[in-house]
Amino acid sequence: MLNSSLRQLGSVLRAKKISSVELTQMYLDRIATLNSELNAYITVNPEASLAQAREADAVLAQGKGQALTGIPIAQKDIFCAKGWRTTCGSKMLHNFVSPYDAHVISQFNNTGAVNLGKTNMDEFAMGSSNETSHYGAVKNPWDTARVPGGSSGGSAAAVAARLCAAATGTDTGGSIRQPAALCGISGLKPTYGVVSRYGMIAFASSLDQAGPMARSAEDLALLLNTMAGFDERDSTSLQCEPEDYARDLDKPLNGLRIGLPREFFAEGLSSDVGLAVGTAIAEYKKLGASVVDISLPNSRLSIPVYYVLAPAEASSNLSRFDGVRYGYRAPEYTDLADMYEKSRAQGFGAEVKRRIMIGTYVLSHGYYDAYYLQAQKIRRLIAQDFVEAFKQCDIIMGPTSPTTAFNLGEKGDDPVQMYLSDIYTIAVNLAGLPGMSIPAGFGANNMPVGLQIIGTYFAEAQMLNVAHQYQLATDWHSRAPQNIKL
Amino acid sequence: MLHKTIVRAPEWEIVIGLEVHTQLSTSSKIFSGASTAFGAEPNTQADAVSIALPGVLPVLNKGAVERAIKFGLAVGAHIAPHSVFARKNYFYPDLPKGYQISQFDLPVVGKGQITIQIPSTDSEQGYEKVVRITRAHLEEDAGKSLHEDFHGMTGIDLNRAGTPLLEIVSEPDMRSAAEAVAYAKTLHSLVRWIGICDGNMQEGSFRCDANVSVRRPGTPLGTRREIKNLNSFKFMQQAIDYEVQWQIETLENGGTIQQATVLFDPDKGETRMMRTKEEAHDYRYFPDPDLLPLEIPPQLIEEMRELLPELPDAMRARFIKECGLSAYDAAVLTSDWNTANYFECVAKYSLKDGESLDNADFKLCANWVINEVAAKMNQEGLASWRFGVSDNTLGRILQRIREGIINAKTAKDLFMEFWDIARNSGYQQFGGSPRLVDQLIDERGLTQVSDSGAIEALVDEIIAANADKVAEYRSGKDKLFGFFVGLAMKASKGKANPVQMNDILKHKLGG
Repeated sequence: MLNSSLRQLGSVLRAKKISSVELTQMYLDRIATLNSELNAYITVNPEASLAQAREADAVLAQGKGQALTGIPIAQKDIFCAKGWRTTCGSKMLHNFVSPYDAHVISQFNNTGAVNLGKTNMDEFAMGSSNETSHYGAVKNPWDTARVPGGSSGGSAAAVAARLCAAATGTDTGGSIRQPAALCGISGLKPTYGVVSRYGMIAFASSLDQAGPMARSAEDLALLLNTMAGFDERDSTSLQCEPEDYARDLDKPLNGLRIGLPREFFAEGLSSDVGLAVGTAIAEYKKLGASVVDISLPNSRLSIPVYYVLAPAEASSNLSRFDGVRYGYRAPEYTDLADMYEKSRAQGFGAEVKRRIMIGTYVLSHGYYDAYYLQAQKIRRLIAQDFVEAFKQCDIIMGPTSPTTAFNLGEKGDDPVQMYLSDIYTIAVNLAGLPGMSIPAGFGANNMPVGLQIIGTYFAEAQMLNVAHQYQLATDWHSRAPQNIKL
Repeated sequence: MLHKTIVRAPEWEIVIGLEVHTQLSTSSKIFSGASTAFGAEPNTQADAVSIALPGVLPVLNKGAVERAIKFGLAVGAHIAPHSVFARKNYFYPDLPKGYQISQFDLPVVGKGQITIQIPSTDSEQGYEKVVRITRAHLEEDAGKSLHEDFHGMTGIDLNRAGTPLLEIVSEPDMRSAAEAVAYAKTLHSLVRWIGICDGNMQEGSFRCDANVSVRRPGTPLGTRREIKNLNSFKFMQQAIDYEVQWQIETLENGGTIQQATVLFDPDKGETRMMRTKEEAHDYRYFPDPDLLPLEIPPQLIEEMRELLPELPDAMRARFIKECGLSAYDAAVLTSDWNTANYFECVAKYSLKDGESLDNADFKLCANWVINEVAAKMNQEGLASWRFGVSDNTLGRILQRIREGIINAKTAKDLFMEFWDIARNSGYQQFGGSPRLVDQLIDERGLTQVSDSGAIEALVDEIIAANADKVAEYRSGKDKLFGFFVGLAMKASKGKANPVQMNDILKHKLGG
């Protein structure tokens, strides 16, 4: 049951071989046993989850079950869910119980999926190791001395450890793909605007995008079918026709042209990751694909551009956390300014404060043109690189992360080293393109390696096809961490 | 020691520019569906977006954009096909997001202009002036901080947070408080005229900030101080007068003006410092990534142009040119749309059967609307649309005058009687009706006596009964003529055709 695909789970639920309540209880029991070690969840609410499961069972009993009806899904704690504590990994929201549902949450609710719990994450999604969470670091199920990646590390660890059937994540600079790679699961960041941001707590609005995290590309397609769609409450939501993202899964890959950006296979890439990715590319050749050498010359500027634009937007987005209306307020203060200062000084962690300060600085009078405007210009050049590249190839591949999972605490003192962990993923967000990561073997210390697949705008169905064909030919994605009991 | 009254100092030139915040009359907020109605219990109109819950997003209200376009067209401004919403970042408890969504370097309305009429005073002739509009941009209002009733704490009411505003910025074209007030009044009239703002100043729907500086004529602009939140024309006049005097005295005493923001205290009649330029915020404007750039297609501009009523300037010119009204009457009638429309309807309803509008007695209608109707509304403190007597009723009364059926005195008696009916209903209904006009004329026999035989008989009786006065009149005491008019009118029970009666009296008394 724990290794079943979402399609299989849906079938057994609709055939009433198992009830949603039984399935949900099974996962809740696993969480009760294993979460203390992995810390993948911030909040579980068995009562609420089981109530949803009972409703799903009633729908299933009427024979009205849909693809995900009754299936327990873990939700990243960045999505507001009505009646659920929603912390965004921060002390600032330690007591915030959302009075409303995010679009993603209501999409899952409408299809009858069960909210299994809220997963741990880097505070306000700022981090690449899940160590910035106020609720403690998440441990990598493959080696609990190592990080799961971030910011959607709780979701990645929960999927890898079979603490949920699937999960959601968000990706601003790699926060779905990098933890997916480090935990050996599959994750997809859709084209910017495909999934509504309504109710998803904003980090950097022009980069944030929600997406599914699961054990296979096939599962991702089913999840994305539920998550995607136009939402008038998000002005940046794209008005596209609904599509079935699973429609092309079975297409053969004959003639597929894979672009390999030479910048992604250069200095900084660790050899074990390079080897595993190379082996995966070789597998694709066997499946009928060809390889094209491409260049993304401006991608080397991704990290500096990102660390101007994302903090700029974040510094403004996080201004609402002021202790006035909800969330953390310092217990003692002398006046209004003191209340703001103490509440924010005590409520935010170090990485969040660092980015608020960077963002405030780059937007300030006299620096705006040199930093923010300049970064916006380079952002367009980075996007243009991809447009050029896609004239030569159908899909781009490379490593998701330069290394496998590093040790907890290893990069804690060096933010720049931490930021470099996202060197291959950030350009995709800056360009607004869809990107995904799928398991592609193991590197040193038997830690998982992720293969990144980047498509052109709205190429999600094609990317899922490309990933699915690889997963039919290999079994990396169905490996489970040995030290986690099944 | 400062003087309360302004002393004209010709060696100083006063320079004033205005920033006016007009609340747009949409029923929901600019970025959410919450109601904008005034006066609700605190925070009952604060939805998730107004409170700025985590994760909520703004969605632009098209009604606000349409109103901004209408304003731009009304001042002959360029409507930007592409404008951008920006975040203005600062912390304040009634600013829930920690930033205000506004427009910065790309506003929706560009350069325009309006013509203002500065009224005559005891010492100066009235004149006309063109004031240039720099720009107008859309933004959201903040909530309100309530400092009373909370025992040393501050209450926050977010009902107003997110109410749409159009901030209208003028060039520093005004040269006196009187010009600034005339500009503000013209703008106030215009935004109500085109139906984008209710203009209610008590409720904060129309709020002015005045940038004031003084300089020696011919020299560069002086340093300005900004007087914030002037919510009445009277306070605007007082505040600017005080500020100008203060700046002139400061400079003449060898001081310098620091750029600053000041508040006007109406109780003391003084401006006082709020913050200096050094204390000003760095708002860290940047384009709001939650909102797409505002693209306005040409069709929408044309749609709005079609919806615009005839503008006050054009209507005033037409009243002068085509209706033959004086500039003063035309200006009074076009001070707001309701009055102007009422006047036009009255003129239409005053026509005799089959008569064309060209032959209307516009002067008669204008006199009635200004001297009777407007005076009455002023006296009763009524809003400009609360007419006690409807346009068709007054039109019928005037029609009967023009037809010679009733005289002016009867007309006025009827009008007053009708108005009282309306007042007694609390102005919930009009007094009288066209039918009632004719019914009362008929029932009460109010038809004026134009039968010269009847009037002559009546005059003969009066002459016979007042031989002594007649003799006095004939010996040169002309003033007695009025005495005879009074007697004759009384004898006719007020119904005599006054022109005819005058002629007959003159003739017979002349003997």
